[in-house]
Order: sequence, then structure tokens, then C-alpha cells
Amino acid sequence: MLSILLALVISAIPISQGGVNPIEGYYELFRGALGDKLSLTETFAMFSPLLLCGVAVALAFTCKFWNIGAEGQLYCGGLVAAFFAVNAGGLPSFVAIPLMLVAGFLGGAVWAAIPAFLKVRLKVDDVVTTLLGNWVMYYLVSAILYGPWRNPKTGWPESPIIAESTFYPILIPGSRFHFGIVVSLLVAVAFYIILKKTKWGFELLAIGGNPRSSLAMGISVSKQIILAAIVSGGIAGLAGVGQVAGIHYHMKTDLSPGFGYTGVVIAMVGGLNPIGVVLASFLMAVVVQGTQAMHRATGVPWALAEVIQGTILLCLLIGIFFTKYQVRRIKA
Amino acid sequence: MIEVPTEAPTQVNVIEMRGIVKTFPGVVANDHVDFSLAKGEIHALLGENGAGKSTLMNVLYGLYRPESGETRVNGTPVMFGSPRDAIALKIGMIHQHFMLVQAMTVTENVILGLQTLGVLIDEKTAETRIRELAERYGLKVDPKNFIWQLSVGEQQRVEILKALYREANVLILDEPTAVLTPPETRDLFSILRKMRSEGRSIVYISHKLEEVMDISDNITVLRAGKVVANVKKSETNKAELARLMVGREVIFRLSKAQAKIGEPVLEVENLSTLNDRKMLALRNVSFTVREGEILGIAGVSGNGQRELAEVLVGLRRATSGRMLIGGRDVTAATPKEIVDMNVGFIPEDRVGVGLVMGLPILNNVIMKNYRDISKGPLLDYSMASDYAGKLIKEFDIKTPNMRYPTKTLSGGNLQKLILARELARGPRLLIAAQPTRGLDVGATEYIRSAVLEQRSLGRAILLISEDLDEILSLSDRIAVMYEGEIVGIVPAEGANIEEIGLMMAGSKRLERTS
Repeated sequence: MLSILLALVISAIPISQGGVNPIEGYYELFRGALGDKLSLTETFAMFSPLLLCGVAVALAFTCKFWNIGAEGQLYCGGLVAAFFAVNAGGLPSFVAIPLMLVAGFLGGAVWAAIPAFLKVRLKVDDVVTTLLGNWVMYYLVSAILYGPWRNPKTGWPESPIIAESTFYPILIPGSRFHFGIVVSLLVAVAFYIILKKTKWGFELLAIGGNPRSSLAMGISVSKQIILAAIVSGGIAGLAGVGQVAGIHYHMKTDLSPGFGYTGVVIAMVGGLNPIGVVLASFLMAVVVQGTQAMHRATGVPWALAEVIQGTILLCLLIGIFFTKYQVRRIKA
Repeated sequence: MIEVPTEAPTQVNVIEMRGIVKTFPGVVANDHVDFSLAKGEIHALLGENGAGKSTLMNVLYGLYRPESGETRVNGTPVMFGSPRDAIALKIGMIHQHFMLVQAMTVTENVILGLQTLGVLIDEKTAETRIRELAERYGLKVDPKNFIWQLSVGEQQRVEILKALYREANVLILDEPTAVLTPPETRDLFSILRKMRSEGRSIVYISHKLEEVMDISDNITVLRAGKVVANVKKSETNKAELARLMVGREVIFRLSKAQAKIGEPVLEVENLSTLNDRKMLALRNVSFTVREGEILGIAGVSGNGQRELAEVLVGLRRATSGRMLIGGRDVTAATPKEIVDMNVGFIPEDRVGVGLVMGLPILNNVIMKNYRDISKGPLLDYSMASDYAGKLIKEFDIKTPNMRYPTKTLSGGNLQKLILARELARGPRLLIAAQPTRGLDVGATEYIRSAVLEQRSLGRAILLISEDLDEILSLSDRIAVMYEGEIVGIVPAEGANIEEIGLMMAGSKRLERTS
């Protein structure tokens, strides 16, 4: 709590530099994120992909698969899901949406399985492969959308509109509070159950704690890491599905403003703990949504809004550090 | 670190600790402990595992901050914020679990963290100095090797070099001989004596009476966090120390029933493998372990014992030869397959191979049979904690709560945890590597009796140990390893210790028997 306060105080500097009274700025920030129905539903629409990416990363990190590639897996999941959804014309929603979810999951899963396989078989560093995978996927998506799949009607670099039956149902009329938010909460609950209740979660924790001991005690370490990567990538893929089917209704080159990377931050801030990840995602959504609102309402430059986001995050991380490690002044 | 001016020192003690109190959740590790160390003495800190010896020295070294009490170095009160402050006052410590960076070379580890390093590191000069120091004190180690390539004994030499490189005047050694062979121990003692003659002071943490009587000038005995005695070596004897240490008389003899030997369980034929440096570590090793017998593998550490154990449990691939468990070829089996064949394994490296220190004790207890404590994909945690609770009680593992991280346990309790986990499954083959290394008298006795009990239950046991007394008192047959080969297998009954010693030293070999 103190660190949030500290964050607000420090962030007041860039806000006032932007020629805006900080108090007014913060008022707009919180009003813009939590103030009314519209802003609250928008915050939730932001919360959904952040939560999915946070869970995806946290799950992978639990067994020390350093998946920095949620962004690429999100794009891959979105791409595959969109490809299905564009061509899913005749199917009713209750068939099309589950199939689209599976398609998106598989898309993300494949993109995460490749680096996992390279890691366990050839000992290729997973941080590098997953990170580079993001760029490969991003430019692959761009190439497809600028080339063969360019929207024939508008000429924009985006896919044709997806079949209406694959639109995520809007749960609060007049908003973008879509079905994907439910999906993300279910995934978070599943993550909780996996970690706290299942044999698989037990294995992942053991591998994360000491892979060599885990191997010696009969856990199939390589297999479980690949499985974790598949599930992690699949979950990130679901974030892509949510953006396609809940927000844009196209596959786009700017499907994500970096949800996958923010997922890494969320996983760390949340301490790889399911509940912590939910809280961190929500906080992140409030900050992102709120600073955007502040930018719109007060005219704080957009770049400064991002500075404020960064400042708040940094203060939070420092706050967590201080809570974790008792830092005391040494008395003489 | 903040120094406070004080009245002139009244004593010449290098270290003076008074009223040190340090508690951990549920345990008072140090309860108003006083300790003083004079210049140029070797002072033994004697006590059982968990008596608070390491804790006290970690306080001195700045790793732990005590709740109360005062430490003076050369008469000046100090308050260490971190080991860096202790090192600045020329205090060095060698831990039981080494503090080395595995992926770095010996030289890099030695100079790591030195304040005097500039931006550019002059490794050449450092290497030359390390070679000089190594030469002078007889510490055989190649500065260019990586730590992960070294045996445990060699790693300890790196730790000593680290302290010598920093010109430590006070050297704390935590159970240093736990990882050493008898000749290595002799070398270490001569190094320590040399350091003493140069006016350095040494704190020697141990629970081994012979060594303490051999090397020390003064002895402080700790029991359950309290100082029970502070005596001069010349005024005491082993029996008195043993009584002070454990608070009861110790029985050193184990009774051993006649062996009832059955079918062969483990058959090893011409097995070879490489070590981490890709050099041949195991050369055409053959032996058989039968039901109800203990085959002891004797030998000086680093002669292929670790690699042998790793091959047998599937952690290392054999390059040639084959091995059978219960008649089934398991040469290419994965560790999981070996575990599923009901093979128990007590690894030499308990922390690195046997446990997940960051997870709760509960998780580590059930780590080998969690698959059976389940409802479908779900793990039944209430059944698991019943099971773990029973074993914790049965094996007398001292912990206030099984949900605490495993790293809160002391060395002896860690080994009991592994023992509990491995024996509870009733293994048909038990591979025990250095099962009592570093343990106190009580825990050692406990573990040896447990191993003998397994033998009387008809289980096959492969006992790998550097402790020749242990091999002699437990085994039915003794195989001696030297440079990756088995140079002889002899029956334990009527075994000639001289002969085994010669084989261990590589100066005698028997015709192959099995």
C-alpha cells in the first residue's frame, strides 16, 4: 500500500511536468479506470488479456521454463483462431466459439512448444528463443496481413472480419465486457487448482525448485517442461483469441500493445502465485486504463502517461522487495 | 559495519562473543552463547547436528544477525551487516555446503567479490598467486578448472584457497572433514597447523571426537543451543566429550545378525561411463548384490563412486556394459523407470540431488510416491500429510511444522527425511551413497541400524562409503574402487584392513571375483 502511495507521489512529478495539476490527474486516472460503468468494463476488457498472459508466464516460470514469448504466442493464437473464425460461417456459436478457443490454444501451444523442445533436447537457452520467437511471429503476422490476407474490402492490413457466430458474446450491453473475461477468470481458477491440488502442479513446483532432484526422484522433467510450455503458450494464445473475438473482430498487426511482455511483469509482481497474479493483473489494468483516461481528459502527453505507468510499476516492485526482505537500518 | 570507540581492550582474544541469542521459527538455535577465540589457537566447536554450532559461526561471519548479544573483534565491538564486513576484518569461513559458483573457474571463484579488483580483471596475476598459495599449502587444484568439474573434496580446497587469498586471520571451518578422505584430512590438518604457526586462529566445527582431540587446543561443547563446557584439550578425553556432547553414554557397537542371502537383485557387468569432464570415470565394473546382503564399496572419494551411483539410478548414461535389476536390463532406463522398479536411493549430494530445499518438508517426504496418494489427477493433500506426519514421527525428524521449507532442517534431519522417504516404500534395492557423512553420532547410529534392518528384511543394499569403519561394520562383502575400477572384492568377515587400505591406495589388486 505504501508503495502505491509512493508511486503516486513520484509520478506527480511527470504529471505536473505535463502542465497538469497532479491531484486532478489522479482524479482522472481513477475515474477513468474505476469511475463509472463504461470505464470499469473497459478496465475489465484490459484485465482479461493481461490476466491470461500473466497466468501463462507464471505457469511456465513455476517450472523454470523462462517463457518471455507470451507476446508471440498471443499473436500465433490470434492468427490461428482468426483463420478458423473467418471461415466458420455456417457453424452455430456454441460450436464455433469452443472450436475457435481450441484453435487459438493450439496456435499458442505450438509456438511455445518449439523453444521448450529446443531447451530440453539441445539445451538452447529458452529466454533467447522465446523472446526472438515474438519478433518472428510479429513479422510473420505482418507479412500475412500485408500480403495474402489483406482485407479485400477495406484494403487495410487486417484479416477479413470474422464470422458473426464467432463473436464473443457481450455480457454487459453497451460495453466491451465480453465472454473472454470469463474465460480468463476460469483459466486463473484452473491455474490455482493445478498448482495447489494436482499431481502435475506438485511436479512443476518440484522441477522449479530443483530439476536434478526432481529427475532423480522419478519426475519426467523434460516431458513436464514441454507440457508446461504447451499449456503456457496455449493460455497466451487464448489472450489472442480474446482480442480477435472480443475486441477487434479482425486479426490485426497491432493486436496487442505488449500484453505478453506485461505478463512477465505481472507474473513476477504476483509472485507466480495464482491469487497474486489476478491482483497484479487487475492493478495493471487499472494503471493502463487510468493513465490512458488521464491522457485523454487532461492532455498529459501520451509518452508521459507511459512514464507514469512505468513509475508505478517500479515503485510496486521496490515495495515488494522491501516487504520480502526485511531491510533495517543497522544501529551502532 | 559501524565501529564504535570503546575502552581499551582487556584481553588479547581475537574474537569475543557474549550472550549471543539467535532464534529461528520454533527453534532457539543459540541461547546466550559465549565464545572466545585466542590468537594462534585452533578452537573446536563440538556438538551434535542442530546443536547450534553453524548458527553461531554464521553470526560471527555476518550471515545471520543475532537477536541479542555482542561480538568483539580484537576487542572492538562490531556489528556485521554482511559477510563482506567480516571478510574486511580478515575473517574467513568455509561452509559445509560450499558457496561456489558452479559455472565459473577456480580462479574466478577465488577473486569473486574482491574489493581490490579494478574494472579490468587481471586473471593472470590472480592465477599465479593461487598457484603459489596452492603450492605452499599443498592444496592440489587446477585454477583453470570449472567448479562443476571438481569433486567435493577439491571444491573444499577452493574454499580454503579463497580464504587464504583474502589473507584471513580467523578461519572458520564447518565440518571440513565431512567431505574428505583420511589422507586428505591429514593434509588439511597439516595446513591448519601451518596456519596456526603463522599466528592465525582457527575455529573448527565438528562432531568427530577423534579429530577434535587430534587438532584442537581448546574445545567448546554446544548442546541444544547452549554452551555446556569449555575445556582445554589436555584436560579432557574422548569419553568425557562424548558424554558432554550427547548428554548420554554412546554405544559404538552395532549388532549384526547372520546374513540370509537370496537371489541376485542388482547385477552389473563391465559397466563403464564418463564423468562431467568426459573422461572415463568407471572402467568395466562388475559386481552383484543379492537379497539380504550389503555390498560395501570402499575407496577414496573421487574414484568413480559418484558416477557409479548416478549410472545405477539412471542419472548418467553408461558408455558400455550393462546392468540388470531383478533380471531386467535397465542399462538405458530413465530415473523414473528405476524409481518405479522400487529402487531406493540415498544420494551423496543430499541437497543437490535428494531434496528440493525451497519446498515444504511435506512435499519432499512424498516426492517418490505422490503418484499413489491421489484421486485421479488430483493429489490428496490430507492423505499426504497423514502419511508424512507418520513418517516424521517414526523417523524422529525434528521440525515444528511439515509445511516449513525443507531448508529449515538441520543436516541430520535432512538425511532422516531422505531415509524416511526411501525406506517407507520398502525398496527391493537400496543404493546408499555416503549415508552418514557429516552426521553426528546419534544420527549416524540411527541410520546404520536402519540400513541393517533393511538387510534383515531381505533387501539388497549397495553401500558406497568413504568411511572404512562404516564399510567394515555394515557390509557382508567389500568391493574396493580405485580410479574407476573395482580392484578387489573380499568378504567382510576376517577382512584384512591393511589389504583394503593398500587396494584403496592403488598399490594392490586382487584377481577379479564377484
